[in-house]
Amino acid sequence: MTEPAAVIETRGLTKRFRGGQLAVAGLDLVVPRGSVFGFLGPNGSGKTTTIRMLMGLIEPTAGLARVLGEPMPAAGARVLPRVGALIEGPALYGFLSGRDNLVRFDAADPTADPRTRAARVSEALERVGLASAAGKKARAYSLGMKQRLGLAAALLRPRELLVLDEPTNGLDPQGMREIRALVRSLASGGTTVFLSSHLLDEIEQVCTHAAVMSRGRLLVQGTVGELAASTRGRLAVTTPDTADAVRVLKEHGVNDLAVADDRVTGEPPVAPADLADLNAALVRAGVRVRAFGTERASLEDAFVALTGEGFDVAG
Amino acid sequence: MSQAEAAVRPPALRRLSLFRNETVTLFRRWRTLVLLGVLAAVPVLVGIAVKIETGGGGRGAGAHGGDGPAFVGQVTNNGLFLVFASLAATLPFFLPMAVGVVAGDSIAGEASAGTLRYLLVAPAGRTRLLLAKFTTTLVFCLAATLVVAVSALAVGALLFPLGEVTLISGTTVSLGEGLVRALAIAGVVAASLVGVAALGLFVSTLTGSGIAAMAATVGLLITVQILDQFPQLHAVQPYLFPHYWLSFADLLRDPVYGDQLWRNLALQGLYAAVFGSAAWARFTSRDVTA
Repeated sequence: MTEPAAVIETRGLTKRFRGGQLAVAGLDLVVPRGSVFGFLGPNGSGKTTTIRMLMGLIEPTAGLARVLGEPMPAAGARVLPRVGALIEGPALYGFLSGRDNLVRFDAADPTADPRTRAARVSEALERVGLASAAGKKARAYSLGMKQRLGLAAALLRPRELLVLDEPTNGLDPQGMREIRALVRSLASGGTTVFLSSHLLDEIEQVCTHAAVMSRGRLLVQGTVGELAASTRGRLAVTTPDTADAVRVLKEHGVNDLAVADDRVTGEPPVAPADLADLNAALVRAGVRVRAFGTERASLEDAFVALTGEGFDVAG
Repeated sequence: MSQAEAAVRPPALRRLSLFRNETVTLFRRWRTLVLLGVLAAVPVLVGIAVKIETGGGGRGAGAHGGDGPAFVGQVTNNGLFLVFASLAATLPFFLPMAVGVVAGDSIAGEASAGTLRYLLVAPAGRTRLLLAKFTTTLVFCLAATLVVAVSALAVGALLFPLGEVTLISGTTVSLGEGLVRALAIAGVVAASLVGVAALGLFVSTLTGSGIAAMAATVGLLITVQILDQFPQLHAVQPYLFPHYWLSFADLLRDPVYGDQLWRNLALQGLYAAVFGSAAWARFTSRDVTA
């Protein structure tokens, strides 16, 4: 059995809901094996609908989706035991203990061995740091504990692919760090992780690859390095003479100028003039320059440049 | 790759693990226990009411034989009749209502809690999950009926004498045979609930709200019960699921009069086939967005 290079591959994947709303339009997504893949987009951009189609919960209107080399939803019975998923937050049986919740989800998998169930459940609880709260009823859990239990359900068996929708939602900073460490250790063990998140720095910290969605369309995908590099950094000048600096920079083709205290930032000119000449021009005009340079572009800059918006809800 | 091979052909035992877990989970819910508690209380109330009515065990209860609920008149002479009286009292409403709650909540409750998506990506398999839910509901039908019967038998034995059973047809049989007939009646009553269970399961696949599905199922039950009372509707009444419910009394004749009994069982089977298929068609094709 040759392992396909792409763990998730979609071609023209489209979902139009019955109301006529186009949730996902012609998605061509490729998630390489072994990657930690960040899936980005504002609320309502079609991320969760895509994940639901990949997991066989929603039938696509058009297009193809292959997960672990097999078509979804047709091959769900073969594919899904090898996939762990956290979709739109945890959902638990409040009247069952944390442990019994996991037992139930494991019993739902016809390929899971009942003889090893108790041991696997304990191991999963241990892994997410819930071992001591395993006997408590799930309704008494905090949001962060519920999130951990949802993660534990995804880790009941060794998985080839983990699909994690907003995995650090509701966690405190310490919990977030723990989950990130867990994702890294899983990835280093060879599991491909498909991670959707609101938190760009989170994606930047743990992901090797990323894709950005907006209004149901895939805007870009690639390695995190490529994405950040595709956006040029902003020019930043620190000076007490901000008004003069703005005037001089504008004359030399710097756009989108902004002043904050003694810092002037802007888009460097499109024609790649040497930035040293820009500095010289500032000094010639009598602007006292304390610091001059470009700021490294972050994924957030790339994101804003692509979607033209922050994390507002897409209309 | 052994893991993939295991995924293709799981042993039969593993296939059943969802059903087993489903049954255990159902009977661990407070709601289920409350429903069963209410059902267990009905024979207690009927028994105490009959006891008080007859003023402490006089044999003059024959006057009640004509009116009042079925079999209540015979209870003072033989506690075993409390089983029949209680089943006759709970079958029109309490029993099917309890089944409607469980069946209506089966899929819709998982959908509204969001656990449905996790069961499906586990992957439970939609047909397998539906079968597990339906089978568990049938187990509940049997459990609910037995709770009424056992509670009635205990109360009957405690408050009234037990002895030979005089059947509707006038013949007298031993207490042992009476108990066997009571068990058979409990089986028939449980089977009478199959139609409501299938209907509830179908309603449950239509909505993402457990409460709505439960209310709709119980609402349908009441509506059908009312329709079954109108003489003008006699043409459709043989197809209404409660129509032959009280035919279980025919098991107390000698010889057993089977015509209505079989019609009842066939009708329940028809409901199970029709609404079971409808539930399957709906559930296997539906987008799970909850």
